[in-house]
Amino acid sequence: MTVTHETNTEPTMPTDTAQDQAATNEVTHLEAAQTGIPQERIAKISAAAYRIRHHALNMGEVQGQGYVGQALGAADMLAAVYGDQLRFRAEDPHWEARDRFLLSTGHYAIGHYAALAEAGIVPVEELETYGSDDSRLPMSGMSTYTPGMEISGGSLGHGLTIAVGMALGLRYQGSSARVYNFLSDGELDEGSTWEAAMGAHHHQLGNLTAMVDINALQADGKTDTVLRTEPVTEKWESFGWYTQRVDGNDVGALLVAFDNAAAQAAAVGRPSVILCDTKVGRGVPLLEDREKAHFMRIEEHEWQTCREQLTAGYEGKASA
Amino acid sequence: MSTTTEAPDTTTAAKPKLKTSAMIASFADPDQKTASAPFGHALVKAAQENDKIVGLTADLGKYTDMHIFAKAFPERFFQMGMAEQLLFGAAAGLAETGLVPFASTYSVFAARRAYDFLCLDAAEPNLNVNIVGGLPGLTTGYGPSHQATEDMAIFRGMPNLTIVDPCDSIDIEQAVPQLAASDGPTYLRLLRGNVPTVLDEYDYTFELGKAKVLRDGNDVVFISSGLMTMRALQAAKALAAHNVDVAVVHTPTIKPFDAATVLAEINTDRLAVTLENHSVVGGLFETVASAVVTAGVGKRVVPVALPDQFLDAGALPTLHDRYGLAVDRIVAKVLAELG
Repeated sequence: MTVTHETNTEPTMPTDTAQDQAATNEVTHLEAAQTGIPQERIAKISAAAYRIRHHALNMGEVQGQGYVGQALGAADMLAAVYGDQLRFRAEDPHWEARDRFLLSTGHYAIGHYAALAEAGIVPVEELETYGSDDSRLPMSGMSTYTPGMEISGGSLGHGLTIAVGMALGLRYQGSSARVYNFLSDGELDEGSTWEAAMGAHHHQLGNLTAMVDINALQADGKTDTVLRTEPVTEKWESFGWYTQRVDGNDVGALLVAFDNAAAQAAAVGRPSVILCDTKVGRGVPLLEDREKAHFMRIEEHEWQTCREQLTAGYEGKASA
Repeated sequence: MSTTTEAPDTTTAAKPKLKTSAMIASFADPDQKTASAPFGHALVKAAQENDKIVGLTADLGKYTDMHIFAKAFPERFFQMGMAEQLLFGAAAGLAETGLVPFASTYSVFAARRAYDFLCLDAAEPNLNVNIVGGLPGLTTGYGPSHQATEDMAIFRGMPNLTIVDPCDSIDIEQAVPQLAASDGPTYLRLLRGNVPTVLDEYDYTFELGKAKVLRDGNDVVFISSGLMTMRALQAAKALAAHNVDVAVVHTPTIKPFDAATVLAEINTDRLAVTLENHSVVGGLFETVASAVVTAGVGKRVVPVALPDQFLDAGALPTLHDRYGLAVDRIVAKVLAELG
């Protein structure tokens, strides 16, 4: 953890072992004033994250189901990277000099589509077609369907291997574009993720940043009951990456981590990973408190409640 | 075994010399004309003309002739370590940035170990990722861990993928620039080291997607690919001594398959035989059978192929004889079929 961060002694998620406890203690919780990040910058991203969550709820309602919990949890990460970090041209998603954002977790597409709408790459009106026949927005993200979708994720553990190739290829061709790969803690089960982690360090891909959504949940249950991935921080550090672990639902902390990563980014240097502890269903208390599930069920009458809770929480926070 | 027990026999002169297996065994016949590392040299030549070409390998550069390219273009060569999922995921990533990667490993690892990465990261987006697989079929005596006897069966089901099974150094030299120029992903069944030069004796050029009639014959038609085209030509010559006139059709592109050329040759009264360095399941034989049935041609086709089983370890000549790929075995099979 970088020295500029204060360490929160309160774990933000329940853990079972001392080993987990040690790792979780590294989670930082940063108030805006402590980060040195201007309040306007945080407010802008927080507003974008609110809209991404709102879009995700609307898309989930059309389908009657979906990966809404993940979208809500990752909304701050997506808002921060699209609203604050990525260089892109909304009108030209294939602009050669763009930074690449790779969604390795294809099922997070619902959140990614919302972020692409927020970025102006996908029209907001199109979001309601999510998961429908002939839509450009399939349930699992695919590059051949959606503008701004760089890869076809979904078979987990692929994104970081592709990202390594992209970072190598961009650097070889003299591009200053950077590559961001979004993956989940479930993908840390996949051996290919670690092949790529080794490869990125070996080739000194300082133009590569990995964002790991650690929501401690995967298809069959809690991550620490399915396959223990902790200590995650130490793993990435030992693989040679510039490693930061933050509260992924704290916009200020995310922006500090991105700034730190950007400050040490180089064509030839250490790859960077931002480990983001997030909460499934974040921003909607009804869903935050629900038994966590990979594929969250939401009753028909609950969607409006979800939106109202989301808005109340956002407006309460914004006015506080 | 010696029956004396007084002292161990310390001499070796009396022992018969054993045939041993080699990892990289050459299937070239003694005194056959060969070319050294044709793939490596062809890739260098192509890369001199196309600055988008890059090379990768998974700790098998020296064993897939990629080292020739690495030496010529060190800044365009990426060693990915013994990590085949990374190898092909990264190759896809390189292609996403507009480069033309050739990524090499053994066929067993490409087909069995990295399939998901090739399928979803390279084939689904139809990227120009060129897979170079060493030791295809039965070209090593190391047993099933290294013998890719079912690589074409695995890869034929992958949409968008072009599959090339070259016969010799001529095929490889001419195929490499065409693979680089074709848009989608390709799989080359690599022949490496000292590779026989065979097709220069025929009026032949490699054309991606095309089958070529190498010689005509009135009694039998061979449909062959890969190194088995070399054996088919040798068997055709041997059969001439038995007054059997054999045509040979070389089909180096397995997918997309030139069914029109092959069907025109098969749909005759001649005995039709397929010859492949691959399992009888899912390779050239079934590709031809599928074309025949689809066209409604009522025709028996005899396969010369590896059996549907895990093969023995041993010396290549022993194994090629054991499993029916040797010229003598082909000749005997054809004579038996003709009665």
